[in-house]
Amino acid sequence: MTVLVLVEHDNASVKDATLAAVTAAGKLGEVHALVAGSGAQAAADAAAKIAGVSKVLLADDAAYAHALPENVAPLVVDLMANYDAFVAPATSNGKNIAPRVAALLDVMQISDILSVESADTFTRPIYAGNAIAKVQSSDAKKVITVRGTAFEKAAREGGSAAVEAVAGKGDSGLSSFVGAEISKSERPELTSAKIIVSGGRALQNSENFHTIIEPLADKLGAAVGASRAAVDAGYVPNDYQVGQTGKIVAPEVYIAVGISGAIQHLAGMKDSKTIIAINKDEDAPIFQVADIGLVGDLFKVVPELTDKL
Amino acid sequence: MKLLVPVKRVIDYNVKPRVKMDGTGVDLANVKMSMNPFDEIAVEEAIRLKEKGVATEIVAVSIGEAKAQETLRTALAMGADRAILVVAEGEVEPLAVAKILKAIVDEEQPGLVILGKQAIDDDSNQTGQMLAALTGRPQGTFASAVTVEGDSVKVTREVDGGLETVSLKAPAIVTTDLRLNEPRYASLPNIMKAKSKPLAQKTPADYGVDTSPRLKTLNVSEPPKRTAGVKVADVDELVAKLKALGVAA
Ligand SMILES: Cc1cc2nc3c(=O)[nH]c(=O)nc-3n(C[C@H](O)[C@H](O)[C@H](O)COP(=O)(O)OP(=O)(O)OC[C@H]3O[C@@H](n4cnc5c(N)ncnc54)[C@H](O)[C@@H]3O)c2cc1C
Repeated sequence: MTVLVLVEHDNASVKDATLAAVTAAGKLGEVHALVAGSGAQAAADAAAKIAGVSKVLLADDAAYAHALPENVAPLVVDLMANYDAFVAPATSNGKNIAPRVAALLDVMQISDILSVESADTFTRPIYAGNAIAKVQSSDAKKVITVRGTAFEKAAREGGSAAVEAVAGKGDSGLSSFVGAEISKSERPELTSAKIIVSGGRALQNSENFHTIIEPLADKLGAAVGASRAAVDAGYVPNDYQVGQTGKIVAPEVYIAVGISGAIQHLAGMKDSKTIIAINKDEDAPIFQVADIGLVGDLFKVVPELTDKL
Repeated sequence: MKLLVPVKRVIDYNVKPRVKMDGTGVDLANVKMSMNPFDEIAVEEAIRLKEKGVATEIVAVSIGEAKAQETLRTALAMGADRAILVVAEGEVEPLAVAKILKAIVDEEQPGLVILGKQAIDDDSNQTGQMLAALTGRPQGTFASAVTVEGDSVKVTREVDGGLETVSLKAPAIVTTDLRLNEPRYASLPNIMKAKSKPLAQKTPADYGVDTSPRLKTLNVSEPPKRTAGVKVADVDELVAKLKALGVAA
């Protein structure tokens, strides 16, 4: 079987999420990687070095600069004539493009897989990860998105694939990119961080995120996350949200500060290696999944913790 | 413009799902069911577009068991004008749902279809994108703001890095994220009024769509369970634990 993997990139480099998708695809067969972008030679060269990738297809066109699904999906569909499976990371970009590809191929997509059981059988989370379904696909071609935390990352070095240029139909004329507000931070990226400090509604405002959560994160070299309640209230931007409908993370250490532990939040972090909870309510559900719990007022204990580290 | 809003009846988000002992699925007997929260946001957005004078009519549609009629009545009570119920027993996969919706789009010709970005039961996050593909329309997924200006629809999207804005040529497909709006509650008079709003009943066969699943669920199991660990008495003890973990020097 030959598998086409959608590379997540910023034209210059390959994002981590791609690496888990390459590992998952490798369990199905030979892996080719698609870099669709504009001025993306550097990203294609980086993809060619990933261990396990045997060929890179580079579609370099202004139409692919912002990964508009109206433009990228037809490109993938054309290429799929030569492939048995299309695999994308379950990122906001992969989730945007893969179902559009699947429908055009008349395939029922398998979303967010946790494992590859065989060429046609996979496991995936349902009901906010409260159940795991094992599903078998009867479609001739497979379209799959991959949960990044469920697979080892393929090595960034070790491969030496050839890069081949491919062309698609270009701009569909259906949509255009207007602009982006991308959060800038010196801290590690949430989905690849080893340590995460997350804050909840209890933080009360964005000022407290800056003065209480961030100093602790900086001490630990950690990324900063948040519950939906904290994002909805505007304490932090949307890309901080961890959970069923936000980001899925599984760091070595996850520190939940003033977060109650709703199932939708747990869905995004319960595969973390060690969970630490700080909450003033000793009955908060977060303590049922925490390895280490501290009952106390975060406004007192978190600054003290930061001081003593 | 006419708006089409698909809604799904799912387990209420406050209920903790339990896996059935025989491993065939999640136990939904005697469990509270509600409209998928993202679909409530979609209905709300449609109503706001109508209140702004952008939309003229809101058609709600649900594909599922007969009881999905309750979900449609909720949409009607919130402010949708009429409803279509496509009765299909058993699970209908996103691809089949998208095909039925495509047939309805062909019939109704809405300027905008607003869907939830994902249903909180199967967590697939596919239907809107698939409908966009099948209808050849542009898609604005994970929307946190939608503005309609003539035949262009501007959608601000929640993406992994922050926010992104795209401009779509109408007719278009939009899927909602959590921050798009806060859905209203239906008032009692509107709940009463909703009972007499038109609700058409159809079947997938009426639209010529085969709903047999492409994915066969072999079994459903519980995820590995986490157990509660220890509680530390004070910050000093927590610092010691962090040091033992190698997290702090
Ligand atoms: C469709 C849908 C999708 C959702 N998706 C997500 C998602 O992806 N991610 C997510 O997080 N949520 C999600 N939610 C929301 C979720 O249900 C909860 O509402 C949310 O997680 C609660 O956030 P919280 O824990 O910060 O707030 P709360 O539940 O209000 O908890 C605040 C906690 O802080 C504690 N506290 C208060 N003051 C202090 C203090 N001084 N010191 C210490 N502790 C204190 C309290 O004891 C409490 O436990 C979703 C909900 C829906 C309906």
